[in-house]
Amino acid sequence: MASAPLTVNVVAADHEVWSGEASMVVARTVEGEIGILPGHEPMLAILAKGEVRLTLADGRKLTADAEDGFLSVEKNVVTIVAGTASLVS
Amino acid sequence: MAASLRVYTQKIKSAQTTKKITKAMELIAASRIQKAQARVQASAPYSRAITRAVSAVATHSNVDHPLTTEPERITRTAVVVFSSDRGLAGAFNSQILREAGELTELLRDQGKDVVHYLVGRKAVGYFQFRRRSFVKDWQGGTDNPDFETAREIASTLLEAFAQDAADGGVDEIVLVFNRFVSMITQTPETVRLLPLEVVEAEEDDTTSEILPLYEFEPDAATVLDQLLPVYIESRIFNAMLQSAAAKHAATQKAMKSASDNADTLITDYTRLRNNARQAEITQQIAEIVGGADALSTSK
Repeated sequence: MASAPLTVNVVAADHEVWSGEASMVVARTVEGEIGILPGHEPMLAILAKGEVRLTLADGRKLTADAEDGFLSVEKNVVTIVAGTASLVS
Repeated sequence: MAASLRVYTQKIKSAQTTKKITKAMELIAASRIQKAQARVQASAPYSRAITRAVSAVATHSNVDHPLTTEPERITRTAVVVFSSDRGLAGAFNSQILREAGELTELLRDQGKDVVHYLVGRKAVGYFQFRRRSFVKDWQGGTDNPDFETAREIASTLLEAFAQDAADGGVDEIVLVFNRFVSMITQTPETVRLLPLEVVEAEEDDTTSEILPLYEFEPDAATVLDQLLPVYIESRIFNAMLQSAAAKHAATQKAMKSASDNADTLITDYTRLRNNARQAEITQQIAEIVGGADALSTSK
């Protein structure tokens, strides 16, 4: 179960920001930072303002800015939804 | 005779100029439809994700939220009309205003008070000309709606919804907009926005997709609190995008038929002009023949 990578979608209101596979997602919710690895239980969380850090399958890192959004995890599919979101290169 | 020849030439010229303009507008509209449709599609993942999340919360928790509870009595309804800023779009604006008018009448018949919120310059003009009142309007961004406007509309509506009907608030919010069905069909649509009727995902045997049991952070009520306004924003944004795409399609259709009409006019007037020219030539020949005859008999 834990071997399959996470499928991550980062979507903003008017476009899809990024989508692909990642081995780990770290996001900051209103309750604190949370790290999501493959096999995480289904979850819906509200994001606090801040960065979402993705570690890609090949070890590269990617950072996205997300504002007033939420995060949903379900069957290894992570969706990060925000009104405004952008990739930080 | 020479006069009518000139008149026809003038008319042909004018029809040709008009055709040039309408043809250009048709092409512009056609290229904008593509863009508008692309935007509708680009916003689809967002609204899908939100709808999914909202229905997940609604199915798995029994949270009562003011936005989803039906008031016992609806005294005032807000009708949000999505029109366009520019005309030249055939029946686009008139059909949406007619739909809104019929809806208003229906609601008044049910004993409800109706207040209007208007999007687009055309609806505002329509209301002002008839001296009808409206609460708020948004103008200038219908061709290319941005999310900020949708957010503004949503917050205004939510504010009105949060107020009691006695204090001038509303109990119900209805959206009226043109839905882009295809390049040739745009249908006016009425959607009740609030109170929300979240369609709970029916978990029958036909759908293999069963929503999993979610963990909510911090808790279901707070998540719902945050999600619902966002859901409403996305619904309004979607309505604006649909309306924009429909507007461009309507413009393209209207301009196409205008160009076609100009074409028919040009053909008709060209025939008439040729007729007139031929008649003139015939008359001149008759005159010459008559003149020559008269001369030869007088000798």
